[in-house]
Amino acid sequence: MLSRVADSLYWMSRYLERAENTARQLDVTMTLMLDTGSVDVEERWRRLLKSLGDPTEMEWSGSIDSMARELVFDSAYPISVTFCVNGARENARQVREEISSEQWQRLNRLFHQIHSPHAQAQFSNSINEALTSVVDGIHLFQGVGDSTMIHGQGWQFIRLGRYLERAYATATMLEVYQEELFAHPERDHSGYQYLELVGLLRCCTAFEGYCQVYTADILPDRILEFLLLNRDFPHAIRYCVETIRSAIDSIQHTGGRRSPDEITAGIGRLHAMLSFATIEEILTGDTAAFLHNIREQCLRIHELIYRYYVHYSIQSALAV
Amino acid sequence: MSAGHSMELDSLYGDYPLDHAFDEMREADGTLRPYYRALAENLASLPADELQRRKQAAELSFLNQGITFTVYGRDEGTERIFPYDLLPRLITGAEWDRIELGLTQRITALNLFLRDVYSDAKILADKIIPSELVYSCKHYRRQMRGLQVPRNVYIAVVGSDLLRLNTGEFVVLEDNLRVPSGVSYMLTNRRIMKRTFPQLFQSYGVRPIEHYSQLLLATLRSLAPEGRPEPNIVLLTPGVFNSAYFEHTYLARQMGIDLVEGRDLVTHDNIVYMRTTDGLKRVDVIYRRVDDDFSDPLVFRSDSALGCAGLFNAYRAGNVTVTNAFGTGLADDKAVYAYVPDMIKYYLNEDSILPNVKTFLLSEDKDRQHVLANLDKLVVKAVGESGGYGMLIGPQSSAKQREEFARQIEANPRNYIAQPTLDFSRAPCLIGNRLEPRHVDLRPYVLFGDRINIVPGGLTRVALEKGSLVVNSSQGGGSKDTWVLQ
Repeated sequence: MLSRVADSLYWMSRYLERAENTARQLDVTMTLMLDTGSVDVEERWRRLLKSLGDPTEMEWSGSIDSMARELVFDSAYPISVTFCVNGARENARQVREEISSEQWQRLNRLFHQIHSPHAQAQFSNSINEALTSVVDGIHLFQGVGDSTMIHGQGWQFIRLGRYLERAYATATMLEVYQEELFAHPERDHSGYQYLELVGLLRCCTAFEGYCQVYTADILPDRILEFLLLNRDFPHAIRYCVETIRSAIDSIQHTGGRRSPDEITAGIGRLHAMLSFATIEEILTGDTAAFLHNIREQCLRIHELIYRYYVHYSIQSALAV
Repeated sequence: MSAGHSMELDSLYGDYPLDHAFDEMREADGTLRPYYRALAENLASLPADELQRRKQAAELSFLNQGITFTVYGRDEGTERIFPYDLLPRLITGAEWDRIELGLTQRITALNLFLRDVYSDAKILADKIIPSELVYSCKHYRRQMRGLQVPRNVYIAVVGSDLLRLNTGEFVVLEDNLRVPSGVSYMLTNRRIMKRTFPQLFQSYGVRPIEHYSQLLLATLRSLAPEGRPEPNIVLLTPGVFNSAYFEHTYLARQMGIDLVEGRDLVTHDNIVYMRTTDGLKRVDVIYRRVDDDFSDPLVFRSDSALGCAGLFNAYRAGNVTVTNAFGTGLADDKAVYAYVPDMIKYYLNEDSILPNVKTFLLSEDKDRQHVLANLDKLVVKAVGESGGYGMLIGPQSSAKQREEFARQIEANPRNYIAQPTLDFSRAPCLIGNRLEPRHVDLRPYVLFGDRINIVPGGLTRVALEKGSLVVNSSQGGGSKDTWVLQ
């Protein structure tokens, strides 16, 4: 497959995952605002932006509704839903011939949906409905992709993009939240605290999954264990890393070249770190550093993928 | 079926004047042409709002499939769907057979002309065509001199524009021998029409066109360099900002070949490679949708980043086929066009089956004086332009525009030709809720590999504005499906 195409598929997928993450975290935050807890509105907003990895520090305008509107519709703001959907579509448009027609139509519909005047009106009526319909659109796109696209290299690059973005975003979010939630486990569990914890799980659609594994007894360390180390839950970082590993294996398998040890080692290291760690170790050690390390390693894997599959030098390729 | 009111046949027609232009649907006395009867009756039998409903469904389908083109020079709404008219244009089998013969003859002669000019130039030595005319052509490429192209095919993909005059006869308005576009609209129009009028389509026994992509692939394969039995064929696009980008992706997908941009290609030792996730892969045939000028910065425009450095040398070495060949624009120059009937006579010793439009060459003194005196009656065109740019339509122009053109003609007469303003045929279109006539042309697509193939039909382009004579999509034109009957 053309390197440029692999690159576009990868970013199409990353952007959509990012859009979904923004939409979901915003939705949860807006719901949490309904209960006047200990955290004030502005502080909560800042925490949201930080956990979305906000690079620009959006100015606080005093009105949560207008801020939320910007975070959805401002196409100049790099973590806004619109920016990400635009980015995904632009990438898809450049590889129109690689994805299935059904996928393209799905994404195109999502794009037109978010740009229609109707979307603004719907947002004013019910933020929750508007965000849910975006997330639904993305889920449909992913489902359609899984069932209509050839599961070859292109599809593997889509998986790579989605799960690398997800692992990175989840680690970022946990890093932001852990200060409050895990640094003071002795803090009394008022009703507000419970809502905060459930909110954190909902940011990763993890509430129901958590309850199946641990019952509805919501405890910070178990949440961390679930979101970091669970093997079967698709938003847990360990699951993401396993998927990344299998995607790369498969790309190597279908391609003519052997991956260099660097990539295998890079992923293997992160994979081992999550497979063999226990939550007790992580909590007694420097939790923040552990989470930060995960992000660093995700970045490193991204670079290696680029160096090997996308931006390689001609000399190195001719020598083979 | 809905129980709504059916439209009476007469109430279906809006402003539908019949004058001296040929009407595709009606005879001069107003009666329906026999082969349009079934269509007219079908339309009349539909409930009043049904046509609109189908039109909206079709448009939504275009939008959702991203079947759009890009309009240059506008910031917002740069992506638009190609306006689409719901009613098919019908062409009888006998009419088509003649078109097919005529185009085959014409393309054969044009290809022989290119081969001749870029090798021995006999036609110039025999003074059939003035050599100044050929060598002063903007699209003449001296780099092509003496270069052997595979199977001697210069123009593998051609789209010629035909008009029907008031005699009912088809004439050739121009030949597009560089990178003709629009074929994807022909194919998608058909797919949507089959959904919009399924029974009607079936009852007409329309000849199929869907195998175009397969024929194109076979054509490209037949032109592969020697000794490459399993050629790697790619489509080279200028990229996502090109107005025909949708078409490039569509064709690549239909043929199952890679769509590459210049930045995907590298050359090494006169071999072209593409960058893939598995390393460099050799490229054998390039279906080029990038203009000559932008194809190779080492040979053509050095400021272009769209092409691939070294491509031309690899081509010259015979290691890669690029089609259409470079320099083919020479033969669709609007002044050279005037000599196509002479070429047909010269190379094939035949009379042309499809006539030309009368053309005045402004480099000739007599012609120029006549044209300058009659600017208000003629159409003036720049010879190297396409897409409806650089054109003066006399009867619809202002005195100021005519003055401006007169000045440009005096300054550079070789750059312009003039033709009579043609009253070409009109076909019924759905305007609002009514049928009204609009001017139409026809662009059939010709494929030239080991043999010449023309799928029956082509793109019928419509000047959707009332009274307008310009059908180009960049100038507000639309399209409709073309049904060639058995």
